[in-house]
Amino acid sequence: MSQNTKHKAHITFTLNGEPTEVAFAPHKTLLEVLREDLSLTGTKHGCELGECGTCAVLVDGRSVLSCLVLGLDAEGRRVETVEGMADAAGLHPLQETFADTGAAQCGYCTPGFLLVAKELLAHNATPSREEIKEALSGNLCRCTGYIKIYEAVELAAARMRGEEAGLPRESVYGIE
Amino acid sequence: MSKTNGNNPNGRGKDFKVVGKPFRKVDARAKCTGQTLFADDIALPRMLYAKILRSPEPHALIKSIDTSKALAVPGVYAVITGKDLPIPYGILPVSQDEHALCVEKVRFIGDPVAAVAAVDEDTAFEAMKLIEVEYERLQTITNIEEAIMVDEPRIHEYGDGANVHKKVHLEFGDTEEGFREAEHVREDVFFYEGNTHLPMEQHAAVAHFDADDKLTLWSATQTPHYVHRALAKTLGLPAAHVRVIATPNGGGFGGKSDPFNHEIAVAKLSMLTRRPVKVTLTREEVFYCHRGRHPVLMKIKTGVRRDGAITAMDFESFLDGGAYGSYGVASTFYTGALQTVTYEVPRYRFKGLRAFTNKPPCGPKRGHGTPQPRFALEIHLDKIAEDLKLDPAEMRLRHLVKPDTVTANYLRIGSMGLGTCIEKVVEGSDWKSKFSNWDRTKRRLPEGKGIGVACSSYICGAGLPIYWNSMPHSGVQLGLDRQGGVRVQCGSTDIGQGSDSVLAYVVAEVLGIDPFDIRVLTADTDLTPVDLGSYSSRVTLMTGNAAIQAAERARELLSIAVAEKLSVPVENLAFAERRVFDVENPDVGVTFAEAVVLAESKFGTIGTVGSYTPPRSPGRFKGAGVGPSPAYSYSACVAEVDVDAQTGFVTVERVWIAHDIGRSINPMLVMGQVEGSVYMGLGEALMEEMIYRANRNVVHKFPSLLEYKSPTTLEMCDVKTYLVEDADPNGPFGAKEVGQGPLLPVMPAVANAVYDAVGVRVDEVPITPEKVLKALQAKAQGKDARYGPKGVPTVDWQEPLKVLTPAEGGDGREMPRVAVHS
Repeated sequence: MSQNTKHKAHITFTLNGEPTEVAFAPHKTLLEVLREDLSLTGTKHGCELGECGTCAVLVDGRSVLSCLVLGLDAEGRRVETVEGMADAAGLHPLQETFADTGAAQCGYCTPGFLLVAKELLAHNATPSREEIKEALSGNLCRCTGYIKIYEAVELAAARMRGEEAGLPRESVYGIE
Repeated sequence: MSKTNGNNPNGRGKDFKVVGKPFRKVDARAKCTGQTLFADDIALPRMLYAKILRSPEPHALIKSIDTSKALAVPGVYAVITGKDLPIPYGILPVSQDEHALCVEKVRFIGDPVAAVAAVDEDTAFEAMKLIEVEYERLQTITNIEEAIMVDEPRIHEYGDGANVHKKVHLEFGDTEEGFREAEHVREDVFFYEGNTHLPMEQHAAVAHFDADDKLTLWSATQTPHYVHRALAKTLGLPAAHVRVIATPNGGGFGGKSDPFNHEIAVAKLSMLTRRPVKVTLTREEVFYCHRGRHPVLMKIKTGVRRDGAITAMDFESFLDGGAYGSYGVASTFYTGALQTVTYEVPRYRFKGLRAFTNKPPCGPKRGHGTPQPRFALEIHLDKIAEDLKLDPAEMRLRHLVKPDTVTANYLRIGSMGLGTCIEKVVEGSDWKSKFSNWDRTKRRLPEGKGIGVACSSYICGAGLPIYWNSMPHSGVQLGLDRQGGVRVQCGSTDIGQGSDSVLAYVVAEVLGIDPFDIRVLTADTDLTPVDLGSYSSRVTLMTGNAAIQAAERARELLSIAVAEKLSVPVENLAFAERRVFDVENPDVGVTFAEAVVLAESKFGTIGTVGSYTPPRSPGRFKGAGVGPSPAYSYSACVAEVDVDAQTGFVTVERVWIAHDIGRSINPMLVMGQVEGSVYMGLGEALMEEMIYRANRNVVHKFPSLLEYKSPTTLEMCDVKTYLVEDADPNGPFGAKEVGQGPLLPVMPAVANAVYDAVGVRVDEVPITPEKVLKALQAKAQGKDARYGPKGVPTVDWQEPLKVLTPAEGGDGREMPRVAVHS
């Protein structure tokens, strides 16, 4: 067994609202700790080099690439993953609109997009299309062409503002 | 009950309850909550981790491999090399040229050489670095020209030439006669650079050889059935003892369609260690797996009349195949197959050559072998339209292939909505007030802004399977539960396109229940009937038809039992809203669950099957297997671009795209496929390329997500989509494909728009700023205002296989060859 797995690091932090303790090899990234030591596999990896945004999670409300953060750096922080977005009351509006509009095709990049979008909506309840593009520009999606993702974010923002909103007919059926 | 193919089930016509409605996907919520388990999310007790040592040499003999130091590392359980897996494999029966781990030689940088299983990933990685391999370098074959010129060394010991994998020459009708009839003949040369799928999910697999000597492999694969066959073959296991479960694919696009070395290697490691073994490729390794778009050099010559009617076409393609066969024989034929299905081509000749080179193997990427020739054809037609001073959209519209006809190369066309597609995008883009009719002195858009049009078509499923057999291409089993639930089992694989949902929608429509009452169980070779896989845009059409057949058979059983109970004629019964009732008296009826109880009481456990086999193609000549399909989808695209003449930078501002979908099973998902296709086409048009350092042993220039440029939200253009619905008699409820076709017209539409914007032709992709600038410089110097290849290699194509066209009274067979006496 290689040397660096022998002495585990130990941290306590808040994970999806719950106080959490975990021990892990100290060189592990937050991504690896979440997936391998806490079995929260909802956080995905696309490159493990900080290039694709797939592994984004929220740390103290800010989106970070969990592949570039050491697990040790989560000590005392508030970490939120896709698993923490839904609760017993139901899905987060973003999860609902992503699911219902087809913004998740293969679904692999979806958790990262959801969390970055959540951060955006926490600061900006009425983002323009350009602001959404800007906020999501660090996340790659190879399936959707991003359009259904923009629409899902806009729809969730409207619903979170208390508006009754649905997708424009053109987005569902094309131009008629 | 008649076999309606779903077009008119139960006489309800267009009054569908599920089909055509924007339901969410059956797995959408799992994907948005992190509950979907992808291959790398699977963890089993006592699971080991594997790493694969890959060749740093592009072409070399393996002189020796010493694994002793790796085996000595604590925590290492097994190390295997090519000796442990001596049986070759490959996706096509004619190209069984791969080994899970190289046996005697390596053929590209990234070729797998050895594999380690260890207690954790770090240990496996450390041990992998201790494996010592001695190589003896061989001369490399780096490109098509070298492959044609160099006889020794050979990359493989088979093929149609020393380093030529495949060479084909087909002629349909007398093309020389066709060119003589032409009033204008034009010849052009194009190059399409290779690019890769870049799925967000890296390939991963988990193998478990259990205490009963049975092997289970979970893998991110689009083709579990073919992986099943490859595992049984290479591991020497009875196929009945091998189970392959395709996990939901985190994007495929064709890149997970081959059986892969890492799948076989982890299976072998699990057999040796008797523990579960996982492998997850790094992003760099995914670039070496590749199987992406072939780089293709093309020459096209077309004869036309003054109105743009084609009299003959001659198409030559040269594919850089990389180091292995993969789907390459099919890819080669595909570069010549679909030129005939959009505009009438009465006489047609195709010459195709695939070369072996010391680079990662190419294979099928979205559009498989057809985007390259489509790019060439649609720009070539644009140039012809300029030669003839015709509006390029109108010229295309005037000469469309007619529905319900057979092309010169024996492809049977069914429904054909391309005309409507062209009309939609011409109108939507305001084409007529933007296009300058080839007169640069009377431009309607400002200099630097341009508009271009292109069209395309794609198959809705390959007409023939990968290996010869006469069984169905897709099977579906239904189980009806007495509580009212329905279980659909099918071998199809959801790669994000929504194929699991299509099964639920189709069955729900026929049985009158809610799609979310249905449990869909797919892609498990132990539990689901064979479906050939998620490739060739075959799944909606083929599994859809199989599912309709199974559901109609179930409905028939329920109808008999309910009719008896209610004393109503069978033909009076309707299935809707979870009820079975008398159409003449809707209050008289039973719930769907009660109907199942009645049927189960009468017949026993209710289960039905359905299957689908494509219609036989009229082509009988050698090579007729590639191109036939039950139906063809059509797309038309207009792109509007902005070109900065100072930097050469091309911005695609908006794309109008119309797609002939036959009928949308779910329009929202169709829209998503169209938008995703435009996106991927945009990447191919402007930035994506697999390139290698020729002077440094053909090493990949940038195997990373950062350096391999793909469009982000900031590059993605605005898309205006039109869905054209013209139900095809072969499609389930009339549906055709949408996953691949809409990608095809994007690249040539962008290229044509760049020409309109700044008056230079970039006859290759990606259309990078550098190429635009070089073309602008050439134009400024009074040279040919173009960037692109100058010509194609000279090859002895030998005599073509000649086939008389249907119009000439041909029967689809090869004409007898006339003996030549010297």
